Amino acid sequence: MTGTTILELRNVTRTHGKGAAEVHALRGVDLVVRAGELVAVMGPSGSGKSTLLSLAGGLDTPSGGEVVVQDTPLSSQSKAQLAAIRRRSVGYVFQDYNLIPALTAAENVALPRELDGLSARKARVEAIAALEEMGLRAEADRFPDEMSGGQQQRVAIARALIGERRLILTDEPTGALDTETGEAVLRLLRKRCDEGAAGVLVTHEARHAAWADRIVFIRDGLIVDESAPSQRAEDLLVDDEARP
Amino acid sequence: MSVKHSLLAVLADGDRYGYQLRAEFEERTGATWPLNIGQVYTTLSRLERDGLVEPAGQDAANHVFYRITEAGRDELFAWFARPVTRAERPRDELAVKLALAVTVAGVDVAAIVHAQRKHALAALQDFTRVKARLDPDELAASLVLESMIFQSEAEIRWLDHVEARVLRHAREGRTLPVGRTDTPAGQADGESGTSSTSSTSSTGATPAAATREGKTT
Repeated sequence: MTGTTILELRNVTRTHGKGAAEVHALRGVDLVVRAGELVAVMGPSGSGKSTLLSLAGGLDTPSGGEVVVQDTPLSSQSKAQLAAIRRRSVGYVFQDYNLIPALTAAENVALPRELDGLSARKARVEAIAALEEMGLRAEADRFPDEMSGGQQQRVAIARALIGERRLILTDEPTGALDTETGEAVLRLLRKRCDEGAAGVLVTHEARHAAWADRIVFIRDGLIVDESAPSQRAEDLLVDDEARP
Repeated sequence: MSVKHSLLAVLADGDRYGYQLRAEFEERTGATWPLNIGQVYTTLSRLERDGLVEPAGQDAANHVFYRITEAGRDELFAWFARPVTRAERPRDELAVKLALAVTVAGVDVAAIVHAQRKHALAALQDFTRVKARLDPDELAASLVLESMIFQSEAEIRWLDHVEARVLRHAREGRTLPVGRTDTPAGQADGESGTSSTSSTSSTGATPAAATREGKTT
């Protein structure tokens, strides 16, 4: 079930360079992601996938068009306001986890809440709850280098979704993980979206994209197509009755 | 798929009647290959004829039970031990279709690849949804499902490869290998040139060059 619009890109363009060196990374992208929905973005290298993600999370500014996060148009925000939106509304998960090595798992997860003004004690309570949900209660006081890749990525997801954040943006989150651990991470992402978060998953792996409700194909800076489950899986199964 | 060996496999751990065999088979394989009950009974008759199963009495509702024989058990374990050969698998219609597509003038190969990839992705999404709901302890069913997931993924990767090759072929200025025809020399070349150009423009600029126009207007 999908609900209210959490992220909307309206005719978003992004151009790098000028004159002959001008590169159109995005050339007019429209995309809506609702609460409860996980949208995968696929496309070849250089197609604009990661640019789309950076713009969606306010890490980059579009050359044209508008990005709206939870009803707030990002173009109308000051730098400080944008930073607050990134902290409160948007969670990121990257391929290389991006955890702070000098902080424990709980401190990494609690950090955005503390930056948001929550007391250290309250932020830790929230962080422990978030880690528990990821099956990492026992690892709360470990440092990143004391954890496996899969555990670090689950810490990153816990951090991405702590507080009131309802938009989770992920760039190849399973890229550095083995098949089973990667799948466990996707299951968690799927679960969080089923519980009401809105997710965008950039991936080049069809098997990972298949966890999404919709797969958006981007090429040369444009969304060129979409795919959704047929909901007729039985039609795709092999009918072998004719065989002896 | 061998219905004969599938039924023997279910009978290996106890006597069952036709409907039970079908239900048990479908449960074990995640209802991936639905069996027709008529097919179950036809196969049971053949297995009985060949001495691989034997009747094992009836219950109060007149269900006829079957039991696996020693010969049946030997046949079953010989089947498990034997690798599945390529010849036992159905022909790959998609590979044949694409092989033919690149040899027929006027066929938009890119459009075929694109439509097939979209279909395969939707199937992959369907299978993944079923998997997400499946109890991880249901090993037999999840193995069958994962086999389908990996097959879909392989098909998508192969389609990406086909698209790249068709595109490279055209970039290098080569025509698609349109088959020999009885048309006068030159005409066939001309047709193949047309075919190549048209499919390349939609592949290369992307399968979705066609869709793109539709989407942006």
